[in-house]
Amino acid sequence: MSRQYIIRRLLITIPSLLGISIVLFAILALAPGDPFEELATNPAVPPEVRAALRAKFGLDDPVWTRYLHWLGAMIQGDWGFSFASRMDVDTLILQRLPTTLIVIGSSQVIAILVALPVGVLAATRPYSLFDQIANTLAFVGFSLPTFFTGLLFILVFSIQLDWLPFVYRADIAGSGWPWLWAHIKQSIMPVMVLGLFQGASLVRFVRSSVLDVIKLDYVTTARSKGIGERKVITKHVVRNALIPVVTLVALQMPIVFGGAIVTEQIFRVPGIGSLLISAMLANDTPVVMAVTFVIACLVVIFNLIADILYGWLDPRISFR
Amino acid sequence: MLFAAVAFGPILWPVAINEIDFAAKLQGPSWKHPLGTDDLGQDLLARLLYGGRISLAVGLAAMVVAVVVGVLVGAVAGMSSGRVDAVLMWLTDLFLALPLLPLLLLLVYLFRDTFKGMFGVEGGAFILIVAVIGGLRWMQVARLVRAQFLSLREKEFVEAARALGASKVRLVAQHILPNALGPVIVAGTIDVAAAIIAESTLSFLGLGFPSDIPTWGSVLRDAKDYLDIAPHWALFPGAAIFLAVIAINFIGDGLRDALDPRRVL
Repeated sequence: MSRQYIIRRLLITIPSLLGISIVLFAILALAPGDPFEELATNPAVPPEVRAALRAKFGLDDPVWTRYLHWLGAMIQGDWGFSFASRMDVDTLILQRLPTTLIVIGSSQVIAILVALPVGVLAATRPYSLFDQIANTLAFVGFSLPTFFTGLLFILVFSIQLDWLPFVYRADIAGSGWPWLWAHIKQSIMPVMVLGLFQGASLVRFVRSSVLDVIKLDYVTTARSKGIGERKVITKHVVRNALIPVVTLVALQMPIVFGGAIVTEQIFRVPGIGSLLISAMLANDTPVVMAVTFVIACLVVIFNLIADILYGWLDPRISFR
Repeated sequence: MLFAAVAFGPILWPVAINEIDFAAKLQGPSWKHPLGTDDLGQDLLARLLYGGRISLAVGLAAMVVAVVVGVLVGAVAGMSSGRVDAVLMWLTDLFLALPLLPLLLLLVYLFRDTFKGMFGVEGGAFILIVAVIGGLRWMQVARLVRAQFLSLREKEFVEAARALGASKVRLVAQHILPNALGPVIVAGTIDVAAAIIAESTLSFLGLGFPSDIPTWGSVLRDAKDYLDIAPHWALFPGAAIFLAVIAINFIGDGLRDALDPRRVL
């Protein structure tokens, strides 16, 4: 993989980030409502003060000047002040972000750990009993919305069996192994809900992509050279079949973040998803905008990582 | 089955959705209330039937919006090669990279009150949700239509029609579009399921329909705080969503197999 390829990819990312910021700003600019509405109804604030404030924040400028101002502030990390939590938006987000990333990351790992072996096994024996069971389960898995699986999990594992806590707590006291165990125990359900949902749709793609590869001539060649079936599958088939799967994982990142918002809400995980919802219910616009922008950026970054991985998995791409 | 139940159910099960009966609150399934009651003693079957109408209507309407926008964008991009095509496809890719749910939430959050003022509480929420869900789901259809157009417009029968002097609009509407519709129908079917999930998610998070209008998502939202004492309350709406979505997905899958004879596997 050449360095040129990576640089080119990085350069392509910039216009899409700009595009996203334009879309977000357009939504904000089109939306009705004035950030100074509260001041307007407050009789203690004279109209001159209001006009001065408007001028200071540039609300009377043409749209594109406001966009450039906003963009500049966003890039410099000046994201505004949360009215509801009484703290700067960027510290608030930095507090919440690691939790979300841990939950999403581990759920992706689970999804891949489940989907890869199941998909490959199903594809090596198409239309067998195992394949049919796996297919049906995958179908059921991605037809179940995450908020319903979440509630089902709570019902079964917390209420009926009383194995796992259903409220996620960030401030567990103690240290060492019991502390770690308590953290793992409370993350199991959110991670599993997200991971199984992802895994279900991945299984189908892994299966069809392995099926595409397994019929190719070079696989037959490998077999006729007398290489064992297990080795043919792991060394020859899976690596090539993985290439489209990597793209798919990246393309599904937006959906994963959507699912994360829902699961965080159900299990009360203190991540950026639940921050988004509570900020919306509290009419806390700076937080809402910043969180949406952060999520959009994360999606773009994950797409970038996938593209680079893609180039590493498939050297043919770099030279195009 | 489900569609029929939702369409005709309110006639057969004439219990009012907001009939409050505190004596019968949080009851499990019984003969009087086949699916039990909620914390205000409202009959769940009636609420679910009513909510199903909204959910399915939202799903279908949002699909129509998505397909119309997608076909328009795809057709324009597919017919006009060059710069227009490149810009439209860049736009499509940009929308594909946007995180859907946060954007949905953001749009609903920002425009809720305006629409409420314009079309009334229920109508405003319905129009807004349909427009937003449909407006954020057209990308797949657009890509499919463009790909179909690119290959179809070079085919001989299109060439023949063009030689006969057919105008561009007639060419698209009469000759190319009908041949490109197969995959669009499949994508549209799956979009209905996705839109139902999206609507339930919005309602579940408290940003969809106002909570006095029972949709499957909002019933589930109300139920989640009573999981330990009234599990039936959460199970039935969840099962309804699940059944609707899996049924639609199966239809989509079957249609794909039926419409695409080239796919063997």
